Formats: sequence, C-alpha cells, structure tokens
Amino acid sequence: MIQPVSHLETGQSAVICRLEGGFHFRKKMWAMGIHEKKIIRLVAKHPFHGPVVIEVDGREITLGRRMAGHIIVGDPE
Amino acid sequence: MKKVVLMGNPNVGKSVFFSRLTGANVITSNYPGTTVDFSKGRLCRGKDGHEIIDAPGTYSLEPSNRAEEVALELLEGADLVINVADATNLERNLYLTLQILERKIPVILALNMWDEAGHVGISINRERLEAELGIPVVATIALSGEGFHELMQRIGDAHPSETIRPMNEEERWIRIGEIVKNVQQITHRHHTLRDWLSEASIRPLTGFPIAIGVMLAAFWCVSIIGESLIDYVFDPLFALYTPVAMSLSAWLGPGFLHDLLIGTLIDGQIDYVQSMGLFTTGIYVPFAMVLPYIVAFYTVLAVFEDSGYLPRLATLTDTIFHRFGMHGFGIIPVFLSLGCNVTGILATRNLETKKQRFIAAALLAISVPCMAKNAMVFGILGPYGAGYVMLVFATLFLVFVLSGLILNRLIKGDSPEICLEIPPYRRPDPGTVLKKTLMRIRWFLQEAIPFLFLGVLIINVLYTVGFVEWLGGVFAPVIQGWFGLPAEATTALLVGFLRKDLAVGMLLPLAMSPMQLVIATTLLTIYFPCVGTFSIMFRELGARDMIKATAFMAAMALLVGGTMRLLLLGL
Repeated sequence: MIQPVSHLETGQSAVICRLEGGFHFRKKMWAMGIHEKKIIRLVAKHPFHGPVVIEVDGREITLGRRMAGHIIVGDPE
Repeated sequence: MKKVVLMGNPNVGKSVFFSRLTGANVITSNYPGTTVDFSKGRLCRGKDGHEIIDAPGTYSLEPSNRAEEVALELLEGADLVINVADATNLERNLYLTLQILERKIPVILALNMWDEAGHVGISINRERLEAELGIPVVATIALSGEGFHELMQRIGDAHPSETIRPMNEEERWIRIGEIVKNVQQITHRHHTLRDWLSEASIRPLTGFPIAIGVMLAAFWCVSIIGESLIDYVFDPLFALYTPVAMSLSAWLGPGFLHDLLIGTLIDGQIDYVQSMGLFTTGIYVPFAMVLPYIVAFYTVLAVFEDSGYLPRLATLTDTIFHRFGMHGFGIIPVFLSLGCNVTGILATRNLETKKQRFIAAALLAISVPCMAKNAMVFGILGPYGAGYVMLVFATLFLVFVLSGLILNRLIKGDSPEICLEIPPYRRPDPGTVLKKTLMRIRWFLQEAIPFLFLGVLIINVLYTVGFVEWLGGVFAPVIQGWFGLPAEATTALLVGFLRKDLAVGMLLPLAMSPMQLVIATTLLTIYFPCVGTFSIMFRELGARDMIKATAFMAAMALLVGGTMRLLLLGL
C-alpha cells in the first residue's frame, strides 16, 4: 500500500517510494539520509497533529507532521 | 598562518575533537547544535603556524539556519579542512564530504566514533574509502584520543581530491550509494535495552510520565546539592570571614567608605543579605546564595546534555511549543536559560526563522528565571513557605504561556516544523561532566562576578548622591498605585536592572507582606533582563527587535503586576 509515513502504525516499517514537497525539503531529507529505497520505521506518533519519530539506518529523527506527510512509503518487498 | 577548519554534521563530536587538537576547553553535548558560534585555537602537538577553527555542525553547504551560515562562511576562508564524520552513519555524512571535496580544498577525513561503529556492527574499509575519495582517511575516537597521532602525521598529506568532480544532487547521492556499497559492511544487531528505553521516552504514552519524573528528579537534585553546599560549605566559610569583616568595619569607622565597603550594620552586626556593602552583600550574594545553585544546576545540566535526553524532551514538547510560534527545539534554550539567560539566547540560533528566534529570546528574557533569579526568589520567599515560592513560579509559567500565545499572533513570519536528529543515549562520563561544570562555573565567576561587584558599587554611589531616590520618586505612582507596593520598593526594582539578585537585600528591610513580596519578586524576574542579557539580545536581535521585545516586556510587567495586585491584595 502506498501512503505517507505518518499513516503507518507505530512500530511498522516500510520502504520509501518517493519524497514529495519542495526542492529544499527534499534536499534536507536527502542530506539526513532519508531517501528512496531506504527502509523507514515509525517509532512514535504524537497526538494533536504533533510530530512523528522515524528511524532510518538505526538513527531516530523527529519530523513535523507535514514533513512526514511528504515521505511516501510502500510495502517492503 | 594556515587556517584549518573542522567541518562535519551536527553531533559528530567536532567540539571534543577541537579540544583534543588545541587543548582548549569547549562545551560539548550529546545533542545536535551545541556549537552555534565558532571557537578558534592554535593547533598544538608540534604543528606551529596552524590556526584551527571549530565550525558549527551542518548537513550540507546550503545553510538552513544561522549556525549553518556561520559554518559556510568559515569554509570559504579555509586553507585546509578536517572533515569529521560519524563512522556509525557514513552514508549521510559523506554528502557534506563530497560537497567539500568538490570545492577543491585540501581535506583530510576523520571517521570519528570508530569504536561505536564497531559496537553497532559497522565495519568500514578505510583504504578503499581513501581510494574512492582521493584523500587521507583516518579512524579516530575523540573521547579517548585514539587516532590523533595518525591524524597529525597525515595532516600534511591533505590535498584536493583528484577523484571527486563537481556534480549535481542526484549524481552525488548515486556516487555515495556506490561508495558506501564498496567500503561498508553491516552485521545486523538485536534490539537492546538502550533501544527500548529510547523508544519508551519518545512515545507520547510513556514519554510524558517519564519526562515528568525526570524533571522532578532534576529539580530535587538541584535543590539538594544547592542546599547542602550552602549549609556545609559556604555558610561555614562566611562564619569564618565575619570577624575579619567586623574588624574592618571597626577600623573604617562611620563614613562614606564604610557605607561603600561594609554598608549598614543591622543591630550592630553585619547582615550579609541586607547590609549592601561591597565586602559584605557584594560577595555574599554571588558566592553563598547564587554560586551553590549554579554548581548544582550545571552539574545536573551536564548529565542531561551528555545523556542525550534533551532532544527527546524537544520531541515531546513540540506540539505545545508550536502554539508559541516555535517548535520543540525551543525547549533547549529554555533549559539553558534556567542557568543563565545569556547562554539560552545564544542557543536560539538553532531555530530556523527570525520569528522563532525573536519569540524564543523574548520569552526567555521575560519568563525564564536564571539561577541568580531563582536564588533570589528562594532567598526572599523561602522563609515564608514553599507555597509563596510556587506562586511565583506558577505565575512565571502562566506568563510564558500567555506571552507565547500573544507573540505567536503578533509577530509575522514562518514557524517551520521540527526536524531534529535524536542521538543514541550515552552514559555521561563523570570526568566530562565535572570538566564541563567547572568550565561553566569559571565562566560564571569571570563574567558575572565583576558585573555583580560593579552593580553594588554603582548602586552605592548613586544612592549616596541621591539619584536613586529621585528616580524612585518619578516611578513611585506606578509602583504604589498600580502594583500596591511601598514607594521604597521602586529603588529595588530599578536596581534590578543592573543586578536582580541585589534587589533581594533592598526588598527585605521594607517590611512588606508575603503577598507584596510575591508581586515584587515576580516583577523583578519579568520586567527587564540583566545587563548581560540585554546586551546579548541587542547583538542577536538588532536594535529594532530589541526595542520591540523591551516594549512587550514592559507591557507584560504592567499587566501581570496589576493583575496580581488585584488577585492577591485586592483593591
């Protein structure tokens, strides 16, 4: 299933299919190691449209909900 | 002189690296963005003529905040770059490495945290990496100093890369992918207790109770350490000093010099809080009232910083901080401000937009009490009971929330979302914690004590010439009519601009009711920052925004003081 990473269940993993959003945002994500084909895991999701915590390459990163909405993931093969 | 610049991603250990290379002491922490300004030093270890600069951490050469802009400017003037990379996260770190190499500057790459990479099952083929990048690569462990000998030996070999040519974004990532595939091997590891704890403290359901527990424990530690230091170290020391001061007082006899140095005797005795002399109150307040809590606070802060808990706290507070026009990272300046507002305001450089930085700085200056202010609140209201102390802090908390909500609407500009790396938990090293605490205490002694002394001196002089009384008369209607305080309190509030902590001694003899004291101390913490904070705000925000912040502060003080008067004293 193709969906934003913020729609995953807590603890669920998926593969990044594409990054949406502006040039700057994508660049920043790339520079932090978040890009296509990477395995991404949703560590935590905060209520009231709060931030999400994701894990890529064993590193946890906190992202705002809107940013997380631009990271589109699919099922791991 | 050759300019050597240390460049690397945030939180890869550049500052530890810097202090290894220069022997200088710099503050380091286990969270991204401790270095917001650069530090300069001379390369020791037998390399003369090298100046070394520790640049703030950056992910790429396209800056997204003030600290990163500083890093880019430094790179442009560099003769040689030591690129410090986190060996546990090679792929991401290489992005910056390639960008630097494309600029044809001599570079040497240090794969730092080499030991930790081993622990998590990462092995990197260094010879292979050297060939791929075309520059010397050394493995280092900055904390222990391993690999630094080799680094110094090979620093002369640093040269512009022959293998890396300018490329675009896409090509760069493809190249990194190839390099990493060729040089790195990862053996899978199992989830550990550390991972479990890390996740529990960042998930909302478990994270908030943990955060509350951690905060309570931290405050408990600060007060226990602080009180013990006062009871068992500083008060006994001053008991020894009293006879000396008394004989000085007798020797001086009454007159101007006595007023200046010893101050007023209360019932024929020196009262260290109320006498106001340079050699009585002037040394008692900074050393016996403020310093113990500074020691306590910075010890606890150092443990906090080095453990890596603060970024988790930033994640938990993100939702609420957005209502104040900032994001969760704003908690870090707040935390630092509890020690000293100056360091707090410097830390706002990690926030991305002007709006965020303005709100953060203004909120800190208005409603986050530094250790000197805290000591003042405890010193004045402690004897009346914890309830009164709590009342002040509860008011300040409300002021913080209210000001945040108002400023978020008032100030134009963007409030981008949080994007913060969460470092792994590390056990704080007692030696590092001790060193860091000592450095900060030394900083406090060097920066704050002269101010404090100067404050007492200026006030004593202004008092003697009658200026303070005159000014007091001008402001008395506001103080008496609006805040419900005695006219004499005006002086104390004015003195508070120079040093808030001194105002303590001036408020105590006025025989105010506890509720009046609550109002006076709350006002003292809100209305104006100390001279140090004032000047750093001016530097960071510029004159216009500084005036805006000051106007808001004054308005807030009037509003809060008036409201408290109505609620606590009645009409």
